[in-house]
Amino acid sequence: MIITEQKPMEEVSGMLKPFKKILIIGCGTCSTVCQTGGEDQVKQMTENLKRDGKEVTAAVVVETPCDARILRRDTKKLKREIESADAILAMTCGAGVQDIVEHLGKMTIPCLNTKFLGRIERIGEFYERCRACGECILYETGGICPIVRCPKGMLNGPCGGMYDAKCEVGGYQRDCAWVIIYNRLKDLGMLDLYRTIKSPRDNSKLNVEPREIIWMVGVNK
Amino acid sequence: MSGKEFSDFMSHLRAEKFTFTGELEPEKTTDLTRVIDAAKKLKGYVVACNVTDNPQSFGYVSSLAASYVVQRDTGMETIYQLTCRDRNRIALFSDLLGAAALGIRNVLALTGDYTTLGDTPQAKPVFDLDSVQLIRMIRRAVDEGVDLNGKQIENPPKFHVGGGVNPNSKPLEPELVKLEKKITAGAEFIQTQVVFEIETAKRFLDETRKYRVPILIGIFPLKSYGVAEYFDKTVPGVRVPRELLEALSKAKDIKDKDKRRAECKRINLEYFANFVKEIKKTTEAAGCHIMSVGYEEIVPDIVEAAK
Repeated sequence: MIITEQKPMEEVSGMLKPFKKILIIGCGTCSTVCQTGGEDQVKQMTENLKRDGKEVTAAVVVETPCDARILRRDTKKLKREIESADAILAMTCGAGVQDIVEHLGKMTIPCLNTKFLGRIERIGEFYERCRACGECILYETGGICPIVRCPKGMLNGPCGGMYDAKCEVGGYQRDCAWVIIYNRLKDLGMLDLYRTIKSPRDNSKLNVEPREIIWMVGVNK
Repeated sequence: MSGKEFSDFMSHLRAEKFTFTGELEPEKTTDLTRVIDAAKKLKGYVVACNVTDNPQSFGYVSSLAASYVVQRDTGMETIYQLTCRDRNRIALFSDLLGAAALGIRNVLALTGDYTTLGDTPQAKPVFDLDSVQLIRMIRRAVDEGVDLNGKQIENPPKFHVGGGVNPNSKPLEPELVKLEKKITAGAEFIQTQVVFEIETAKRFLDETRKYRVPILIGIFPLKSYGVAEYFDKTVPGVRVPRELLEALSKAKDIKDKDKRRAECKRINLEYFANFVKEIKKTTEAAGCHIMSVGYEEIVPDIVEAAK
């Protein structure tokens, strides 16, 4: 799930300053779970904006605003409200904001900070577990990602900053990812995966090839 | 391991002479006088000196520049420390070729402390390679004359490459396997993190004997009670032995500055000369790496006393 946090209201108000009529779009999926852009938060934001003297032309929670098909479907009936709005306030992750920009063509203001791809333990307890790096190495590391859980993204074991299985970064609070990986592989009887020297990662595709996947009939199956 | 010898440091290790190395720390300055003076004080007592690379992520004058100037002006051989924190693989490679061109023959390849520990915490941490990968890159450049992608290097560099290890690491197992990887990648010598407890050093040397690689045990003479206390409290996993801490604490109350200094020196000498003697006599350690930045005066005495 995409984990988001609401921006401070002062920051949002600052960005909205030049605009009078606002349309609010929330997210029925990730932001609803994070309680940053669900029904309740959209309602609350509507109140806030009205108190600030804004006119809210419409406030809607789109099931998945990052999916162009759903966005179009759920905003079809709002043509007039969209047209009359000076700006859209998007209570969605960055992907949602940009889907709105690309499909509704309005000045769109992000209301949330997109934090990470996370695992949810319970509401309000989210853990980053994937950096979406594009080359999954979880097999080699017993299912624990060092790219995301080791600040240095080490690939061959703990650094000298590990002590008592904790990480030097942030004052020995978090667990050292490589100790977890070592213990996991040991339990699995797969320590050879740890012993193998891992080569440097290939960054040649980063920022060079656009990060997009387009299925073409006859090419992808 | 390469059979060739490019440095006095490696000749000493290969001849199985008990070898001392020292440490120099370039600071936030363009004046290298202090580093040169420190090197002069250590000359004749240590075979080579490590030159630190922005230790603890403090932005200092380049270790490459300091390594070169020290070798040029003092004749002291240097062990150029190179970390992965601030440079991607292109910059690491380029600095290494530069180091070779400037006559540097020993490199200690390290991952590097994290950026937020230092005085420029906003910096982008690089860590494009890790220490194991850096060691392998250097090894291939020396042995095969190629870069990371197998491209030929005209007049390949001549380096001996080493790695670090922390004998205090808890747990020790993952650290030991990582050490094994460094050796497989081509590390020809190992210098350890500071060790105070002789038993820790001995246990570690026992565990690592099978690797058959020269290991220099790191020691850190404590100039004053303040240094000892700071070390004890802030360096994780490194505890200064109580008796040493208490002795230095008593010395701190001596009013006369010279007498206080002399007492501290006596305490250090007693502790570290015995430590080194014990290592030399009872273990297969290749030597000791003395980290005495700002306290160079103690080194000749430790080295002499350990003879």
